[in-house]
Amino acid sequence: MSGHSTYEPKTAFERWLDTRLPIIRFGLDFMEFPTPKNLNYWWTFGAILAFCLATQIITGVILAMHYVANAGLAFGSVEHIMRDVNYGWMIRFIHANGASMFFLAVYIHMFRGIYYGSYKAPREVIWLLGVIIYLLMMATAFMGYVLPWGQMSFWGATVITNIIGSLPIIGGAITTWLWGGFAVDDPTLNRFFSLHYLLPFMIAGVVVLHLWALHVPGNNNPLGVNVKSEKDTIPFHPYYTVKDGFAVAVFVILFATFVFFNPDGLGHADNYIEANPLVTPQHIVPEWYFLPFYAILRAIPNKLMGVLAMFASIGFLFVLPWLDTSKVRSMRYRPSARLFFWIFVVTCIILGFCGAHEPDQQVIPGFGGFQLMDSNINSFVWLSRLGVLGYFGYFLVVMPILGLREVPLPVPESISNPVLAAGSAMPAGATASPEKKG
Amino acid sequence: MLRKALVIAAVLGFAAAAQPAVSATTSAPLKDATWSFEGPFGRFDQEQLQRGYKVYHDVCSACHSMKLMSYRNLGQPGGPFFDPKYANPNDNPYVKTLVKDFQVPDVDTDTGDVIKRPATPADTFVSPFANEYAARASNGGALPPDLSLIIKAREDGPRYVYSLLTGYVTPPAGLKAPAGKFYNPYMPGDLTAYWTGDPKHVPVGGFIGMPLQLTPDRVTFDDGTKATAEQEAKDVVAFLSWAAEPHADERKKIGFAVMIYLLLFAGLLYASYRRLWRNIEH
Repeated sequence: MSGHSTYEPKTAFERWLDTRLPIIRFGLDFMEFPTPKNLNYWWTFGAILAFCLATQIITGVILAMHYVANAGLAFGSVEHIMRDVNYGWMIRFIHANGASMFFLAVYIHMFRGIYYGSYKAPREVIWLLGVIIYLLMMATAFMGYVLPWGQMSFWGATVITNIIGSLPIIGGAITTWLWGGFAVDDPTLNRFFSLHYLLPFMIAGVVVLHLWALHVPGNNNPLGVNVKSEKDTIPFHPYYTVKDGFAVAVFVILFATFVFFNPDGLGHADNYIEANPLVTPQHIVPEWYFLPFYAILRAIPNKLMGVLAMFASIGFLFVLPWLDTSKVRSMRYRPSARLFFWIFVVTCIILGFCGAHEPDQQVIPGFGGFQLMDSNINSFVWLSRLGVLGYFGYFLVVMPILGLREVPLPVPESISNPVLAAGSAMPAGATASPEKKG
Repeated sequence: MLRKALVIAAVLGFAAAAQPAVSATTSAPLKDATWSFEGPFGRFDQEQLQRGYKVYHDVCSACHSMKLMSYRNLGQPGGPFFDPKYANPNDNPYVKTLVKDFQVPDVDTDTGDVIKRPATPADTFVSPFANEYAARASNGGALPPDLSLIIKAREDGPRYVYSLLTGYVTPPAGLKAPAGKFYNPYMPGDLTAYWTGDPKHVPVGGFIGMPLQLTPDRVTFDDGTKATAEQEAKDVVAFLSWAAEPHADERKKIGFAVMIYLLLFAGLLYASYRRLWRNIEH
C-alpha cells in the first residue's frame, strides 16, 4: 500500500488488537487511501460493480434456498419462486436483471480502462486480474442462464458446450465430460448449479486481488499523469464514498426500472417454455452481453476457426498492455487514438447487433446486394465479418502502430497544475519524439 | 489493376449466380389491441379477469392445462375472485364453491386404490388429459400447450394470443391444409410446400391444430357484457396475462415506491457530495 498509516490506537483494546491483528488499521488505511482528486464519474463503476457482485450473491443465495437443480423440477421451482415465495418474483427479477446490469457496468468499466490507459505500466496486473474477473463472470452468467431450464437455457447450453466439441481429437471427450453424459441433461444442470454457486466467490477472491493490485500504484486518473504530491490526492473516504454512493444510487434507478417495469425486457420469450430436447427453438440467441462474441463465432465459416476467433477476441485482452506502444495513458492527449477508440466501441456494438440477427438476414431490407463467397454482401454474416476485422484490427494494428506514429498533445505536469506552460510541462520521454519510442 | 478488377467482377458474378433460394417462417403483423394492465401504470381489471377465467374454464380448459395455477390463486390479492374479507384465499367462499366442480386424481390412503376426490383451493388446476400421450391422441397428434405462461412464452404475448384467437380466416384458394390442421395467418409457419398458387406470393402464417374456438356467444358473461369473439379473446388474454405473472400489479406498485425512494436518496447523496466537495478544487 502506498501512503503511510495514520492510525493511532486509542483504547487499550485497540492497542492490544493492533499488535495481534491490525484489522482496524487495515480498514482505516483502506478507507483513507489517497486517491487522485480529479476522478470523473467513469471511475464510479468500480463501486457500482462491487454493488452488483454483492447484490448477485445475496439474491443468489436466497434463490438457491428455493431452487431445485433437477431437470424435471427446475423450471417449476423457478415458477414457484415467482408465484409462491414471498417477494420471490422480486428476488428473481433482481438476480436475472442484475446479471445484465453487472455486464453493462463491467463493459463501461473496461472501456474506461482502455480510454484512460489504466492498463499501462505500472497497472498491468490490475488489468489482468480484471480480465480474469470478466472471464469468471462470463462463465458464471452462462451457467446461471441454464438453471431455469427453459428452452433458451437448454439450447444455449447445447450450442455453447458443442463449441468445445469442435476442438480436434479431444473435443468430443471433453464435451462428454462437461455434460456428464451424452447430451445436456440432469447431470449437466447439477454441475452447472454447483459451479454457478462456486464461481461468484472466486470472483470475490479475485476482486480482493484486483483491489490489492490497485492499492500498490494507486488509481489512474483522467489526465493519466502520475500523482506528484499530496496536493493531488484526497482520502477515499468520505470524498469518493459519497461520490460513488451517488453514482450507485443513479445506477440502481436504472436497475429498478428494469426490475419493476420491464423485468423480461432483456430476456427471451422462449425461456418461459420448459426445456424440450425434442423441439429446437427457431432462433437460438445468447443473452445480449454475449452477442458480440456470438457474432464473431458465426462470422467465420469454419467452426473450429470460429471458436478460435471467439476465444482470441477475449484472449487479446490479456496482452492488451503489451500491444499498446503509447506511453501516454489518457486518450485526452491522443486525438487519433480517441477516434479509433470510438470506432472500436461502435464496432463492438455492431457485432452485438449482428449476434442478435440471423446470419443470412438482410442488413438493409429490400436491397438486393450480390453474392460474395458463401453469402450475400447485404447480410449480417458479412457485416459481422467487417466487425471482426475492425475488432482484431484495433488490437493488432491500431494499438501497436498508433503509439509509434501519433503525435500526442502536451500532457499536463500534474493533477493540481492542469494548465499547461506550453511544452515545458511535458514529462520527459512521454510525448517528446514519440516516433522514437517503442 | 484492371485485371484485378475483372477477376473480382468474375468471382462476384459467379458467386451471384449460385445464390440459393430462401424459404422462411412467416406470420402476419399482429392486430392492434390494448389492455388495462399494460404499461407501468396499468392494472388488471378484476371484472375482466373474471370474464377471462370464464372463457378459460368454459372453452380452453377442455384441452389446455394450466399446471402452474392453483385454485387458491384465483382468490389471492390481485386475482379474479379476490375478496378483501378473506385474506387467506383458501377461505374465500367463491373459490371454495368453485372447486367443487373439479375432481382430482388421488390415492385412497385406506385401500391404495386410485380414486378421484373433490378439489380443494390448494389443488393445482386439474389437467384435461392424464398425460401428453392422451392429449396428443385426442388432438390429432398435436399437443395443446400448457397456458400458465403462454403470454410470456410468446413475443408480444397478449397481442399474439389475441390475434391468433381472432385471426382464423378461410384459407386462400391454392392453399391446401392437411387433415386436422387449420390455416391461421398469425401462426408462424412456412406454407411453401402446401401452396399451389404463385410461388412469389406464398400466404403468410401457418397451420395450427386448434380449430376456431371463440365465436360470438360461445360463453355467457355473468356481468352482462356482450360476448363477441373479440371480447372473449380480449378477456381470456387478460386472464392469461395475469396467470403468467400473478404478482405483476404488486410489482408495479412496489416499483413506484422504490423509484420515489431512490430519487430522494440519490438527491440527498448528490447534495452531500456537493457539500463535501465544495472546497476541493478538481
